[in-house]
Formats: sequence, C-alpha cells, structure tokens
Amino acid sequence: MSEAQVLLDPTSERKEEKRPRAPRLPDLEGRTVGLLDISKPRGDVFLDRLAEGLAARGAQVERYKKPTFTKPAPIDLRHEIAVKCDAAVEALAD
Amino acid sequence: MAEPRPALPSGLVVFVKRECPTCELVVPVLAELSARTRLTIYCQDDPGFPEGLGALDETALERSWHHQIEAVPTLIRVEDGVEQERALGWHRGDWEGLTGISGLGKELPDWRPGCGSLSVDPTREPELRLRMEGEGLRARRVEVAALEDEQEAMFERGWTDGLPVVPPTRQRVVNMLQGTTRAPDEIVAVVPPDMAECSVEKVAINAVMAGCKPDYLPVVMAALEAVCTDEFNMHGVQATTMGVSPVIVVNGPIRRALGMNSGVGVLSPGNRANSTIGRALMLIVRNLGGSKPGGVDRSTFGHPGKLGVCFAEDEEGSPWTPLCSEHGIEAGKNAVTLYGGEGQRLIIDQLSRDAESLARSLASALLAVHHPKMGVGLAVMLVIGPEHASRFREAGWSKDQLRGALVQEMMRPGHEVMRGAGGIPEGMPLPEQAKDAQIPKFLPHNLHIVYAGSGAGLFSVAIGGWLTGAEGSQVVSKEIGT
Repeated sequence: MSEAQVLLDPTSERKEEKRPRAPRLPDLEGRTVGLLDISKPRGDVFLDRLAEGLAARGAQVERYKKPTFTKPAPIDLRHEIAVKCDAAVEALAD
Repeated sequence: MAEPRPALPSGLVVFVKRECPTCELVVPVLAELSARTRLTIYCQDDPGFPEGLGALDETALERSWHHQIEAVPTLIRVEDGVEQERALGWHRGDWEGLTGISGLGKELPDWRPGCGSLSVDPTREPELRLRMEGEGLRARRVEVAALEDEQEAMFERGWTDGLPVVPPTRQRVVNMLQGTTRAPDEIVAVVPPDMAECSVEKVAINAVMAGCKPDYLPVVMAALEAVCTDEFNMHGVQATTMGVSPVIVVNGPIRRALGMNSGVGVLSPGNRANSTIGRALMLIVRNLGGSKPGGVDRSTFGHPGKLGVCFAEDEEGSPWTPLCSEHGIEAGKNAVTLYGGEGQRLIIDQLSRDAESLARSLASALLAVHHPKMGVGLAVMLVIGPEHASRFREAGWSKDQLRGALVQEMMRPGHEVMRGAGGIPEGMPLPEQAKDAQIPKFLPHNLHIVYAGSGAGLFSVAIGGWLTGAEGSQVVSKEIGT
C-alpha cells in the first residue's frame, strides 16, 4: 500500500534527558553522606564497612533502606535523601 | 472517536444518492417537504440531484460517516443540532410521523426499502475510515523514505523485538482501533520502567506491529493493565537478573471467539491469537516502558518467552475452576491472569495410575524448580495436561486438594534445605533451631494450577516464577473489557 511509507511511532516519544553529574565533593569533613541499602542480602555488611570509612574521614553518615530491592525506591525516600544529604551511595549486594 | 462530528442543520435532513431508485421515487416528496418545511438535502453521489432542490454536496461522505447513515434515503428530524428521530428508506407512515405532515407521496407505494449508503460501501469503507478517523491519531508520524526498506527502518529505530513487525500504517491502526469501544486518546496504563502513559492508540500501534487482529485489542489492553499494577511489579519483573516475563492466561468465552489454543501445543507458536497477544504486550513494555535487554532488562539469560507468552486455559475440559476465579474474576467472565514466569520445563510421569502417586511424582519434580534447596518465597505455575489431570478427576480431587497434596509432598526438614546442608552453601536462610521443622517448598497460594494441553501425553509443565508477595510480583487477574 502506498501509505506504508508513513508509520506511526509506537514509542512514548520521549527523549532521554541528559543531566550533568553533581559536582564531586572536595572533601568529606562535615558532609552528610546517605547510604541506601536496597534490601538485597548482605547489603548491610557492605554498607557497615563503608559507614566506618566515611565516618573516619569526618562525614556524617545517614542510613536509608528501600522496602524491597524489587521496586524503585519510594519517591518520599528519594526526596528525603536529596534534601538531607550532600552525597549518597546506593549499595547493591548479594 | 471522541472528535466532534459535523453537526446537522436544524429542521429536516435527508441523505440521498442518485443511483438509488427509492431516492428517485421520493423526489416529489422531497419537493413538497422543501416547499413546506426547512429541508436540507445531502446527496452522496451527485450534488445536482434532485434537480432544483438545492442539494448539498455530500460526495466526501463526511456527514454520512459521522452520523452513521446506513441507507438512503435517510430522513432525520433535527432540533438545535440534535437528532430527534430518523426514518430509513421510504415508508409513508414513518415519514408522516417524523415530519408531522400527512398525505405525503399519495401516488407512491406505501413502502420501499432504501439502498446502502455509500459511507458503508465495503469498497470505500477502509479509505473513509482512514480519512475520517486517521486525522484524530496523535502518534508522531514517521516518514520512511521511498528507497528505505520499512522493516530495516523499524529495526534501526529499535521498535522491534528482533523479529520483523507489521508496519504500523495509519490505515492499519484505524482498523485495529475498531477492536475497541474506547477512545484512542484514553490512557490504558502507565508503563514501567519509564512510567510512560500508554494510550489506546499506542496499544493499537504495537498490536498492529505484533500481528494482532482488532478483536484481540481488548485482551492486550487488559494484560497491559494487569502488568502495570503495583502488585504485578513490571519494573521488577523486567529488571531482575532471574529472567522472568509476563505469562498471560486467558479465561472466558473470548478464548473461543478469538480461536485461541488451549490444546495441542498450547505453549507452542503457531496460533495467531496466542502468539500475537503476548508479543503485543512485550512490544508495549519495550516501546512505551523503555525496557530493553541490557537496559533496565538485566536478565542474565532471559528466555525465548520474553517474546511474549499467552495461552488459553481449557475450561471445557478442566475438572476445576478457571485460574481467574482464584484471583477475583468469577468463572465465565473474560479475563486475563498475569504471572511472572521463567521458561517452561516438562514433567514426565507415564506410570502413575492414581492421584496419590501422581501428586507425589509431580511434587518430586517441582522440588527442582529454581533450586532443590530453595523455596517458600517463590512461585510456580503448574500446567496440567488432560491425561495427568484425569488421575485427579477420577479420584474426585478438587484443585485445592491437589494443591494441598503437592505442598505436603514437598515438605522437607530444615536440615536438608538450610544453607550449608549437603555441603552446598546455597539454601534457605533458616536458623539452627529450624533444622527439624518441616519447611515448605511452595506456599499454597504461590502454587498456580492451570489446565491446558493435548489429550495425548502423560506430561505436565512447570513454569518457575519469581519472588512473590508485596516484595515481588503477585498474580493479577483483570477482566477483559471492550
């Protein structure tokens, strides 16, 4: 059929937004670093060690946990981390 | 279509065509009405007909289409732009009643049927539908250059699942939209992981690409609604390294209406409805949700069923209630039930002759799903074939009895399945005091039993699932709409 040359877009028609990374912190002294445990087994083991290291460098560590690793973090949790922390580490473990 | 249709003028309106003998017959009546009332004549094939009565050109058939004129002549009484009543063909009593004028067409026979309206002429209908409804489509139009191969163009844009798709032309999409009563711009679901709104039109576009017929569209929409619930957790199902994917089980009379397969080779490709409904859902997850292997889809292996898995339950042959009835949709209704499943594996038992033996046998095979030392929080779907099911039918076992027996047969002591047992670190994270406790492989509500398959073959099929409950993916049934 002659009309076949015009097709309808099956996608969401969205474009990916490229956002620049947040600038790297010059130091950790007095900074608040959020540690997000995604609730995978033994993620806490990894984050405990990380927390020790960060505290030794003068950072204030805040711990967070996703209710389940199978779903994205709730928006309230993401907002809380964004508001309270200067930096965040999300840990994947198994 | 939701778009406003061209209004009809107030007074009397008649649709005619010159080539219709009944329209020719009623010309004296139209002349009388024209003289005595406010009559607007639309002629579908010749604006010069009827001569001298000021007929309007309706050769574009726009009003005929939007006001669903099926026959000519059609006489309509309109007040303030709103149709009050219509009469099809010539019927003196109807026309007199509609116009309030008696003694119309005394020299005419009392009644003559009309002819088909050009707007419903099968040879013109596709072109008309495109012209009338295609303009309302909102999706971006992508022009494929004359020298470009459209299949290649679609592959390059990442629209396909790796197999060729049917090009979604406007004509095909407006035809597909005939399969639903819903407006094209209505939002069906918000599709994870990109959380993109998916309109009926976008479902139709992807259904065209998958190879669906219009009649399948409501099933695809119901399946999409089901996977886009928080309970089903499509984001997790797509993202998990485990490699599960939506399995669609269809219940209700629509299975037969669509010619779906629930028998021989039920899980094989070959039946158009089974194959394309599942594929349409996965194309939507890909194209709207943005989930692609290597992107949010992190499945270590995946499986061929990620192209789409859809099959019908054999309700007529089943000794049990349909799957959907265990998930909130009563038996007899049209419904889809969505389950996040791995690839299938066959379970062979050709020697068990009684229900107890076969339940033990099936249970022993099911222990191997995922890993023999794993269980509790995971799900499985057991598709039982007619020959296996006959053992349970003969014994008078209900589905719950079978489920209960399977769960019991799969109980194992903690010391066999806990981490480290048997020299294998993998296993269930049980405390030491649970070593003598009986640990279930599957919890009853995570053991889903479906009846399907060929009448010949002493087999069943296990489809391993994923994490269950609020932290994983729950089985979701949705009624199929229109």
